[in-house]
Amino acid sequence: MRFLLRRLGFYAVAAWVSLTVNFYLPRLMPGDPASAIFARFQGKLRPEEIDSLRKAYGLSDAPLLEQYGTYLKSLSRGEFGISINFFPAPVTTVISTGFMWTILLAGLATVISFFLGNVLGIIGAWRRNGILDSVAPPLLTFIGAFPYFFLAMIALYFLAFQAGWFPLRHAYSDALSVNWGSLTFIKSVVSHMILPAGCIVLASIGGWMLGMRNTMVGILSEDYITMAQAKGLSQKRIMFSYAARNALLPNVTSFGMALGFVLSGSLLTEIIFAYPGLGYLLLQAVRNLDYPLMQGLFLMITFAVLGANLLVDILYVWLDPRTRR
Amino acid sequence: MQATPEKTLVSKSSETTKTARPWLARWPLLRAFLRNRKAMLGVSILFFFIMVALLAPWIAPGNPKKMESRAHLAPAWIADTPAPGGKTFLLGTTGQGQDVFRQLVWGARLSLSVGLSVGIASTIVGTIIGLTAGYLGGWVDDILSLLTNVMLIIPGMPLLVILAAFLKPGPVTVVMVLTLTGWAWPARVMRSQVLSLRAKDFIAASVVSGERTPRILFSEVLPNMSSVFVGSMVGSTVYAIGADVGLAFLGLTNVGTTSWGTMLYWAQNNAGILTGAWWTFVPTGICIALCAFALTMLNYALDEITNPRLRAEKETTHGKRNRGNVLVTPVIRK
Repeated sequence: MRFLLRRLGFYAVAAWVSLTVNFYLPRLMPGDPASAIFARFQGKLRPEEIDSLRKAYGLSDAPLLEQYGTYLKSLSRGEFGISINFFPAPVTTVISTGFMWTILLAGLATVISFFLGNVLGIIGAWRRNGILDSVAPPLLTFIGAFPYFFLAMIALYFLAFQAGWFPLRHAYSDALSVNWGSLTFIKSVVSHMILPAGCIVLASIGGWMLGMRNTMVGILSEDYITMAQAKGLSQKRIMFSYAARNALLPNVTSFGMALGFVLSGSLLTEIIFAYPGLGYLLLQAVRNLDYPLMQGLFLMITFAVLGANLLVDILYVWLDPRTRR
Repeated sequence: MQATPEKTLVSKSSETTKTARPWLARWPLLRAFLRNRKAMLGVSILFFFIMVALLAPWIAPGNPKKMESRAHLAPAWIADTPAPGGKTFLLGTTGQGQDVFRQLVWGARLSLSVGLSVGIASTIVGTIIGLTAGYLGGWVDDILSLLTNVMLIIPGMPLLVILAAFLKPGPVTVVMVLTLTGWAWPARVMRSQVLSLRAKDFIAASVVSGERTPRILFSEVLPNMSSVFVGSMVGSTVYAIGADVGLAFLGLTNVGTTSWGTMLYWAQNNAGILTGAWWTFVPTGICIALCAFALTMLNYALDEITNPRLRAEKETTHGKRNRGNVLVTPVIRK
């Protein structure tokens, strides 16, 4: 329990840091932030937009601390400001449309790659210098060296554009509307997801496999493994319940950091496939200099990553009894 | 007094095997490095790209931004149809009629210099923070470690985006922003290394003999971390090259400059994929991947050379012929 509380405190600090960075950045801009933003939209902003922008930033002549207070207060009410590009939709509404797709794509791809990578790592370490152990690590390292979105470009060009095996863009067929009850819709979603998810899995699986393999190799030389062998336990039991369970722990810990990294890559992958997730919104925000949307995306993605990490910590407590004290 | 275990191990092995070149025997780490296949692979790929970048004016003379094909016909703002590779243009032309090969060669300059400078800068910042945290301990360590971990957990790309968007676009901004987000990993590695070094006797000896803290840090601790230092520099460079490409791809750098990232940005913007112009993005991606791969290989090699445990594993598994499910406890052979 103390472990979880400590982690909770850490996430609170991380959330506060990102909130504060988000608050200070526009104010660190050379010159007055408000006029700089307004200048970029000369003639394009309506009075109510300027008002909402001011409000969103809490920009006023009040002292900085007071501005910070108003900023925190409006955030706590879930007000992230109004998107310039999708005016007059509030940032939260814009983001929530993309959120589901990103969670679906990046979440599923991460879970698959974590699971597959660890299983491959376990087998690789168990049959050391076997075919899997000598072929997979260098190959996956090479693939992992490509930027995620470049893999996506290649896959899109060869498998979707040239071969025509997969749809070219979007998360579901244009002819369908969102309806999770119908089988054709779900089929369409799956067929649209295979390529982007495959690229993310391919690019991120190498890290999990190598991490697992290296820890597993170390653990296999521990005395308790020899003891288990001597007791004549079944190989499967030694492999999974004795060695893999312990070797998994460092990988679970690094899951948090990897999550942010994988998410960054998957945002760019989404852009290639015109997948309607957060990456696509991020591109829109950058193209249109939609600062409120950009900042909202930053905060929301950060909070999502922190939340996912908390879930992983709970999983960790379940995996490692030593943390339960 | 100052010898680390790794140094003694290497020098022991160099005594047993005589080299033809005596001057190399004096540099056991360098010799191990030259003999390592991964290291040589990484170094030669990297050397190739650095030479290409340096010799750009001779390899592909001319302005990389010049619109070559049909430039005299169409005004600059009308997109050109990209042409595949041929005799005039080795790798074809882009959607704006620019020579892909020439852009690739000139783009190496900006991409590699951004990557390398971020690699060096973030490692130096990370080392200073990691050293301070690890050596001083106490509340300084608590605060610096907290900061490091917070930086590590905040997802990189969205943070990079808002940082880059609020600042003036350009290579200097990119280097600054990438250093600001990239120092945390080296700091963490350095800190844990310092923690293990601090417990060593030779540090205790220099503390007792009255050396000042900065001197202990820089002339006792730091020299013994050179391999970790180089390792995290290489790792940071890989990160920087990838993140730079990602930022450029989103259009957050000055897209008027020629770098590998902006090449991909224009390929995507001119719908290079959906018009079938694969030559506008495939060569670029391969160059990026080759550089990242070379650096990763270099890091693995460094690990193998300086980490006695990995070496022991290699030695035991080489002698073992009967594989199968029988497990052998790796033991370092003397």
